[in-house]
Amino acid sequence: MIVDIAIVALKAFLVLFMVLNLAGILGWVERKGSALIQDRIGANRASVLGFAGMGLVNTLIADPLKFLTKEDFIPPQGDKLLHTLAPCMALFTALVTFAVIPFGDVLVLGDRVINLQVANLNIGILYVFAMGSLGVYGIVIGAWASNNKFSLLGGVRGSAQMISYEVAMGLSVIGVLMVFGTLELQEIARGQGTLIRDMLPESAHFLKSTVGWLPAWGIFLQPLAFLLFFTAAVAETKRIPFDLPEGESELVAGYHVEYSGGKFLMFFAGEFAEIVTAAGLVTTLFFGGWQVPYLMRDGFHFPWGETLLLPQLAVTVLQVAAFTLKVIFFCWLQILLRWSVPRFRYDQVMRLGWKMLLPLALLNVIVTAIVIIFLQ
Amino acid sequence: MVPLDHYLILAAVIFAIGVIGVLVRRNLIVVLMSIELMLNAVNLTFIAFSRHLGSMQGQVIVFFVMAVAAAEAVIGLAIVISVFRHRQTLDPQEMQLLKW
Amino acid sequence: MDTSAVLFYVISVFLVLSSLMVVFLRNVVHCALALVVALFLIAVLFVMLHAPMVGVLQVLVYAGAIMVLFLFVIMFLNPTASEPRRKLWWIFGSVAALLLAGGLAALLSNGEAPANPVAATEMFGSPEMLGKSLFTDFVLPFEIASVLLLVAIIGAVVLARREP
Repeated sequence: MIVDIAIVALKAFLVLFMVLNLAGILGWVERKGSALIQDRIGANRASVLGFAGMGLVNTLIADPLKFLTKEDFIPPQGDKLLHTLAPCMALFTALVTFAVIPFGDVLVLGDRVINLQVANLNIGILYVFAMGSLGVYGIVIGAWASNNKFSLLGGVRGSAQMISYEVAMGLSVIGVLMVFGTLELQEIARGQGTLIRDMLPESAHFLKSTVGWLPAWGIFLQPLAFLLFFTAAVAETKRIPFDLPEGESELVAGYHVEYSGGKFLMFFAGEFAEIVTAAGLVTTLFFGGWQVPYLMRDGFHFPWGETLLLPQLAVTVLQVAAFTLKVIFFCWLQILLRWSVPRFRYDQVMRLGWKMLLPLALLNVIVTAIVIIFLQ
Repeated sequence: MVPLDHYLILAAVIFAIGVIGVLVRRNLIVVLMSIELMLNAVNLTFIAFSRHLGSMQGQVIVFFVMAVAAAEAVIGLAIVISVFRHRQTLDPQEMQLLKW
Repeated sequence: MDTSAVLFYVISVFLVLSSLMVVFLRNVVHCALALVVALFLIAVLFVMLHAPMVGVLQVLVYAGAIMVLFLFVIMFLNPTASEPRRKLWWIFGSVAALLLAGGLAALLSNGEAPANPVAATEMFGSPEMLGKSLFTDFVLPFEIASVLLLVAIIGAVVLARREP
C-alpha cells in the first residue's frame, strides 16, 4: 500500500521534473533558435566566471532571477485575489494534463510490473480535454483582474479562441479513438505497436503488400486528423500563428500586460508547459508514443523475419528515450513554426476554427467510419 | 463506505442554499447561478442512487440533465443580455412590466 | 473510518462553503468562481461514486464551458451598480431554506440500516457502459437532446443579436 503510493508519487515527480525542465530549456531554444533563424546572435551577455554558454546562462539563470526579484505589482483598482490566482490556474492546468500521458510501456522490477504512466484513468483522453477547458479560466480571470481595457480585450479574444479550438481538437481525435477502440492513452500507445498488416482483414492483399510492413501509427492511419489536431493544439497554446490574444505588436501584451515578476514567469512557464503537453499528445496519439518501430517487449521483431532479443530493462530505456526524442522534436517544430509564419487576424482565426477545422474533422469521422465498416 | 443518507442530506443542503440564492439575491446572473447549483444538487442525488442501486439509468439521466442545463443557461444568459440592453439593470425587482 | 469516508466529509465541507460563497458574496465574479469550485468538487464526488465518465463530463461541460459563458456575460455586462440588500429578506430567505433543508433531511434519512450497495463491476460508470446505455435504451432522448441543443443555439443567437 505504502509502496504503491510511493511509486505513484515518484512517477508524478519524474513527469513534473521532465516537463518543467523541458519548459525551461525550451525558453533557451526559443531565444537562441529565433536568433539563428533571424540571422542574429541573440542573448549572450550574462556570464558566470566568463562562461556564457551560448545564452544558456542568460536564459536559464539570469532571466528567472530577474523575474523573481521584480516588484510584485497589482493594479490598484484590480482584484487582488484574482490577480494572483490567474497565473496559478494557467500553470496548474498545463502541468496536470501530463498525468495521463504514458512515457513508457512497463517497468518490471522483480515481480512488480509498473505501468509507466502517472494515472491510468479509464476516461483517458477526456481528462486532457477537461483540463484544457479549465485552462481558459487562467486567461479570463487574469484579463478581468487587471482592470485594463487592452488586457480585457486580449483575454476575451484568447478565451473565445481557446474554446473554439477545443471543439475542433476533440472532434479530430474521434477518428483515432474509432480506429483504436479505446479512450485510454496507454492502450492507444500499445495499439500502435502492431503492424498494419495484422490489422487488415484477410482479403486486403493489395494494401497488405504495399503498406502492410508499417507499424500502425496514427499518422499512417489518420493523416488528416494529425493535421487538424496539430493545428488545433497550436491554437490552444496561443502561439504564433494564433497569438493575437497576446498580440505583441497590437495589444501590447494582451491579457498579461499588467503582470510582472513571478506571476509573468508563471504565465510564461505555463505557455511552455502547454507546448510540451501538446507535443506529448501528438506523439502519443499519432506517432506511437513510446513505441520504437518493431520493438516488442522482448526485443526487435523485424517484418522480414529476423528477431533481436534484448533484456527487459534495455527495452524500457529505449522506449522512454524514444518518447523523449519525439516530444523534443515536436516542441522544436512548434518553435520553428512560431518564427516562420506571420500571425492570423482574429476573424481569420475564428473562421479557421469553425468553418474549416470543424467540418473537416466531421468529414474525417465519417470517412473513418466508412473505411472501418468496409474493411471488416 | 459512506451511507446513502449522507449523500442525500448533502444534496438537500446544497439545494436549499440554491433556493436562498433564487429567492433573495437581486442580480439576475446570481439567480441563474443558484439555479445551476440546484440542478447540480439533483445530479448528485441521481448519481448517489445510481451507485447504491447498481443501475446505469441514474448516470444517463444526469447526462441529459446536464445537456438541458446547458441549453437553459445559454437561453437564460441571452435573455439577461437583451434585458440589460433595454433596462440597463440586472435587478429582478425592476422588471415588473407584466405585473398587474 | 477509511480514507474515502474522510475524503467525502472534507469535500462536503468545502462544497457547502463554496455554495454559501456563491449565494452570499457581493462581487459577481467571485460568486462565479465559487460556483466553478463547487462544480469541480461535485465532479470529484461523482468520481468517488463510481461515475468517472459523468464526472469528467461535468468538468468539461459545466465547469469548463457553461461557467466560462457566465464569466463572459458578467464581463460583457460589467454591472457596476451594487444591489440593495435588505436584512429582512435575507433572514426570511435563510429561514425558508433552513426549513426546506430540515424537511428534506428528515424525509431522506430513514432510521433503518443502509442496504449494502450492489457490488459494482469494474465497468460500472465507464464510458463503454454509459455509451451502451445511451445508444440502446436511451437513443430517442439522445436524439431529442441534440435537437434541443440546436434550438438553444439558434435561440441564443436570435435573442442576443443587436438590432440592425
